[in-house]
Amino acid sequence: MNIHEYQARQLLRAHGIPVPPGEVATTPAEAERIAAGFGGTVVIKAQVHAGGRGKAGGVKLAGSPAEARLKAEAILGMMIKGLTVRQVLVAPAEDIASEAYVGIIVDRASKRPVFMVSREGGVDIEEVAARNPGAIRRLAVDPRFGLLSFQAYQLATALYDDLKQQRACARILQQLYAAFVAAGASLAEINPLVTNGTGEVKALDAKMNIDDNELDRRPDIAALRDTSAEPPAETLAREAGLTFIKLDGDIGNVVNGAGLAMATMDLIKYYGGEPANFLDIGGSSNPEKVVNALRIITTDPNVKVICFNIFGGITRCDDVANGIVEATRRIHIPVPLVIRLTGTNEAEALRILAGAGLSATTSMDEVVQQAVALAKNQG
Amino acid sequence: MAILIDQSTRLLVQGITGRDGSFHTRQMLEYGTRVVGGVTPGKGGQTFDGPGGSAVPIFNTVADAVAATGANTTVIYVPPPFAADAIMEAADAGVALIVAITEGVPVLDMTRVYPYVREKGVRLVGPNCPGLISPGKSKVGIMPASIVRPGPVGVVSRSGTLTYEFVYLLTQAGIGQTTCVGIGGDPINGTSFIDCLQAFEQDPETEAVVLMGEIGGTDEQQAAAYVKANMSKPVVGFIAGQTAPPGRRMGHAGAIISGSAGTAAEKIQVFAENGIGVACKPSDVVGLIQAVL
Repeated sequence: MNIHEYQARQLLRAHGIPVPPGEVATTPAEAERIAAGFGGTVVIKAQVHAGGRGKAGGVKLAGSPAEARLKAEAILGMMIKGLTVRQVLVAPAEDIASEAYVGIIVDRASKRPVFMVSREGGVDIEEVAARNPGAIRRLAVDPRFGLLSFQAYQLATALYDDLKQQRACARILQQLYAAFVAAGASLAEINPLVTNGTGEVKALDAKMNIDDNELDRRPDIAALRDTSAEPPAETLAREAGLTFIKLDGDIGNVVNGAGLAMATMDLIKYYGGEPANFLDIGGSSNPEKVVNALRIITTDPNVKVICFNIFGGITRCDDVANGIVEATRRIHIPVPLVIRLTGTNEAEALRILAGAGLSATTSMDEVVQQAVALAKNQG
Repeated sequence: MAILIDQSTRLLVQGITGRDGSFHTRQMLEYGTRVVGGVTPGKGGQTFDGPGGSAVPIFNTVADAVAATGANTTVIYVPPPFAADAIMEAADAGVALIVAITEGVPVLDMTRVYPYVREKGVRLVGPNCPGLISPGKSKVGIMPASIVRPGPVGVVSRSGTLTYEFVYLLTQAGIGQTTCVGIGGDPINGTSFIDCLQAFEQDPETEAVVLMGEIGGTDEQQAAAYVKANMSKPVVGFIAGQTAPPGRRMGHAGAIISGSAGTAAEKIQVFAENGIGVACKPSDVVGLIQAVL
């Protein structure tokens, strides 16, 4: 799950990290009022779940409250990477002497949380990694001990030469690690970590991604989810226990299992079609899940055909067949369905479908070719 | 021969009385797996009724179960909040192999579990995996028995149903398997592709290996380098997620393309460069395997 910058800033502040003040506005008038409260120059920052906000014009300086209103007006409602900006963060502009990067990710290779720090802050860390990998210092943390003081100090010396700044930075790194663990994050970044004219070290921007598997045991973090920042169909899918990602093509698909779902999308492309979505109904599927899957896919006006690819293991083919038949009774499905069912209770499933005038194949190649042909015919 | 599980596997089921645990225990017993005990705290002393009048004793702890049954393997069906503890309990009790089926284990939990299990010298497969099957010998986990047949091909994959698809295609073409292993789709799992490749290389009955990877991470690239340097047996590979958009998690927690790393195109290229035959689509696997057997 993604959270917004202002939410991540709050989590870091709660762990003692010096984060400059800032407030969220949803209207230009509110932005003006907040800017007036701070006085001086403020920065207005789009709050969306997308990187590259600055380049997209989603971050602007304003020298007066009136200008803050104008800048907020320009940013609110703009689209950044397909997402509408509904909130802006208004914060006093900082006098910046240096910008560094600090971040933690869960690293697959070392199977540990790994810190990355760099003197090159304020830019995308992937960019630094590609251009100047030597500028990034890495440290793997043993999660049983956490980030030890000497380790934090070692990292801090890679960023600052001044002893006071090194100590301040080391403290921030330990606080960042604590915030990362407490939130159940898979990524936590401060970019940039700045020093100002008086030499103070502060977190100017914050980003955290939360491991979805942590949300059940962290209701306070789960409550940070902003459903207005994600496509409505994806919210609907999540609430129905499905994993759904909308894509740009015209062939809808319903699959059980993430690997098979990706392979189905790939096969659609292989035969010359374009997938309209990724949709995994998961294991132990009950008929209701299938109804919900069809309900979600049929909201996409681009979809010309819907392709089922089910390999029954835990998922029973008869459950899926019942779901398909149920869906055709309860909702209007304006496009043809092509169905592949193999595995657990396959014969029963085919009987159920036949009873409703539907047919199915047992070959993945065949069903995808049928789907691509149907999508083309409806050009 | 086979890898990791065979007729000598003496299995415990952690979470044997739960919905998934009880269903799959019956399936494993029907396949002939020697399920010697179950573990559910508070239900020690009871028995689990299997098919054909069989009965499996239930214990409160894994330690009790190992002491009483001499189990050497355990399979875990407990819910995600308790899975990390269940894995460490099993490692502490001295089994040699732990298969964690549970989906949804927090990755920070796994950062603690992994070193714990490793220091005990125990092999962990999973979590978030379908388990293993050595056709005709033993089945541990949830893979459907109807689609496998004994034969010379080792199968290793990150996913569940995609594995079934490949195994089904092989079996339909008359090509059987030594062992099929699902290592799981999470970013941190106990057993890697390389662990399985090494075992297949050493297994005298395995003549070729099919490896199904997906987007995210660099495990497939490392596996490819391993194949080139260490494998005498032919390997055929497939990568799922060629059409996946960057930055989006494709169901599996591990299946996310971040930055430029972990794309399908990159992995396919590395496979080809390291002598792994690449199946462009699942059904290509049959021809590729027939060509090397």
